[in-house]
Amino acid sequence: MRKIWEFFKGTLVLVTKGSKAYYAWIVSLLVLMAIGAAAYVYQLQNGLIVTGMRDQASWGFYISNFTFLVGVAAAAVLLVIPAYVYKWKPIKEIAVLGEMLAVSAMVMCLLFVTVDIGRPDRFWHLIPKIGILNFPQSLLAWDVVVLNTYLVLNLVIAVYICYKNYNREEPNPNFFNPMILFSIPAAVSIHTVTAFLYNGLAARPFWNASILAPRFLASAFCSGPAFMIMLFQVIRKYTRVEIKDEAIFKVAELIAYSMFINLFLLGAEVFKEYYSHTIHLAPMEYLFQGLKGHSDLVPYIWTAMFFNVAAFILFLVPQTRENYVTLNIGCVLIFIGVYIEKGLGLVIPGLVPDVLGEIFEYSPTGTEILVSLGIWATGLFVYTLLLRVAVPILTGEFYVGDDGVKPVIVDTEFIRKADALAAQSYRD
Amino acid sequence: MPKPGSRDGQAFRMSRRKMMKGVAAVLGALVLPEKDASASVWEAFFQKNFRELSRPELEKVIARLEKEYSGRFGKAVKVRATPPIEGVLYGYGLDLSRCIGCRRCAYGCIQENNQSRDPQIQWIQVLQLNKERGVDLEEAELYYNPAKVPEKGHFYMPVQCQQCERPPCVKVCPVQATWKERDGITVVDYNWCIGCRYCMAACPYGARHFNWKKAGLPAAEMNPETHYLGNRPRPVGVVEKCTFCIQRVRNTPGRYTACVEVCPVGARKFGNLLDPESEIRYVIENKRVFILKEDLNTRPKFYYFYAT
Repeated sequence: MRKIWEFFKGTLVLVTKGSKAYYAWIVSLLVLMAIGAAAYVYQLQNGLIVTGMRDQASWGFYISNFTFLVGVAAAAVLLVIPAYVYKWKPIKEIAVLGEMLAVSAMVMCLLFVTVDIGRPDRFWHLIPKIGILNFPQSLLAWDVVVLNTYLVLNLVIAVYICYKNYNREEPNPNFFNPMILFSIPAAVSIHTVTAFLYNGLAARPFWNASILAPRFLASAFCSGPAFMIMLFQVIRKYTRVEIKDEAIFKVAELIAYSMFINLFLLGAEVFKEYYSHTIHLAPMEYLFQGLKGHSDLVPYIWTAMFFNVAAFILFLVPQTRENYVTLNIGCVLIFIGVYIEKGLGLVIPGLVPDVLGEIFEYSPTGTEILVSLGIWATGLFVYTLLLRVAVPILTGEFYVGDDGVKPVIVDTEFIRKADALAAQSYRD
Repeated sequence: MPKPGSRDGQAFRMSRRKMMKGVAAVLGALVLPEKDASASVWEAFFQKNFRELSRPELEKVIARLEKEYSGRFGKAVKVRATPPIEGVLYGYGLDLSRCIGCRRCAYGCIQENNQSRDPQIQWIQVLQLNKERGVDLEEAELYYNPAKVPEKGHFYMPVQCQQCERPPCVKVCPVQATWKERDGITVVDYNWCIGCRYCMAACPYGARHFNWKKAGLPAAEMNPETHYLGNRPRPVGVVEKCTFCIQRVRNTPGRYTACVEVCPVGARKFGNLLDPESEIRYVIENKRVFILKEDLNTRPKFYYFYAT
């Protein structure tokens, strides 16, 4: 027990120590979090009337962000499969970073749901036994279960890997392997259940298409890994973690395949709706063309389409995939493209035109944007703290001392310039 | 799923509730509307789902609510919890050939059911449709505003909760805050709803409405005859809907809903579907009847018909 306590104290030392850049980053995140919290208090005092949502469009920016972030959490599984199932070493070393991203994305998801509900004081009604969780009837109840399971699972895996590394031990396969294997269907389940949450509503033809869950999975495997690719480059530039080019290029290749499936499924949906041209075409017309003069979403969705197709080509062609300039452009395009497509582009056309044919143009208010910024800052804050501990462990700069109890902390800087890194001598 | 009246595991529940108090104390300070945490605030916070309340518990809850509402509106407010009448299944008929689109039903409903005036919540939405297009919701106009109705070339279709036999809204609620009662009325426990609005996404008829803001209900206009599952004042952040005037129809068997009473052209019919002599049964058996969005298999108990 004392050993774990000392480890914990060591992590506290780590997160409070760092370079000037680290402090600046942490402080700016804390400022954004404070602004978000203030905006949320304003929302609590006045009700959800301060958002752009109304009875016609009863979900908006919060639920859009939630949906997108469920997808980002997929980053973990895309790294876990090659790393642990196929024992592909270049990715195995960095898979833990993906799991930590999943943890942070899940934290953001839960926060986005919390700020969206009208009575957060009644959250305990969702807890089985204490309240009433309508399981298995309600897909939202399923979502509560799978999201929390996924959060805990990834947190346990990541902490366990780190702690074992810190102790300079190998993970116990009898405990570790089943958890890793379970995390794969768990990742699939969070996307499937979230898709089914929309999919199961016969009242909303735009969502009530069986292709929704596969499309969710395909686009999820684009956005999360795109973020990881950019992050890997930052990490290897500013810390001693070594990430091989081939690992990055392999992830990029997987993104290309996923984006192809995503675009193909979208094409299948567009064909079916436009060719059959039933009354259920209206939401898609609203999204892509505008309906009766209402066209708020049109420029966004075409931006997303252009970004996704451009990124697909960049990732498909080996020359552009393995060129860091074009690769990073592709990552940014995909992240924004999927953010629009799986965010507002998915949620709003489900609700507009509404069930009685009214076209209500939703756009988020300043309060919604500030609260959302605060939640994104919170997610990045959580991820930064996780990395602050994990990175020195991976580089062997935070480990248990020879007495087997007291931690040794070599890294007190965390974020450093590459030349500064080179100047310092490596620990054996 | 806990059954109504089941008291199993109550002792355990109490101990868990104590544990919850610690958590709640922290959150409560931030979230709860009342600044001085009086006893009734805590009672409201820990109140169980309506269907889990025992009779003494329910009486206590009702006493607390009556006190709260009477204080707030400066008049004696009655909150009833009249149970369903045996052998009754409510059904509704709406004669499209008679409706003139005057919206008296929508406003009569607001007065009877204590909806928020500002922002205005309407449980009945009257659609203006083109005669040549028929019931085509894509062409419906909710905000028609001519000097006189009906307008030439148009007909009117009021839409409210269709009291489905297979309500999609009930299925999706993550906390069972909404359910269908034995007399066929789908109700909401405003003290249990968490305000996630999943039911609003699931409803094919736009029948559910959210309290985006604290209800603006002037004390002078407040109807003090209320039902726990019906027209009692609603808190901010919860969903509400038409209940076939549950406070009227259960308390006085045979009484009409407010919208039926106020309709100047007699387009609205209401009664017991299980009674072969009822007016609604006559309509179903003798008129050309249709239900809205039949393909969704929600089986509404709200029948549109053409009498002439």
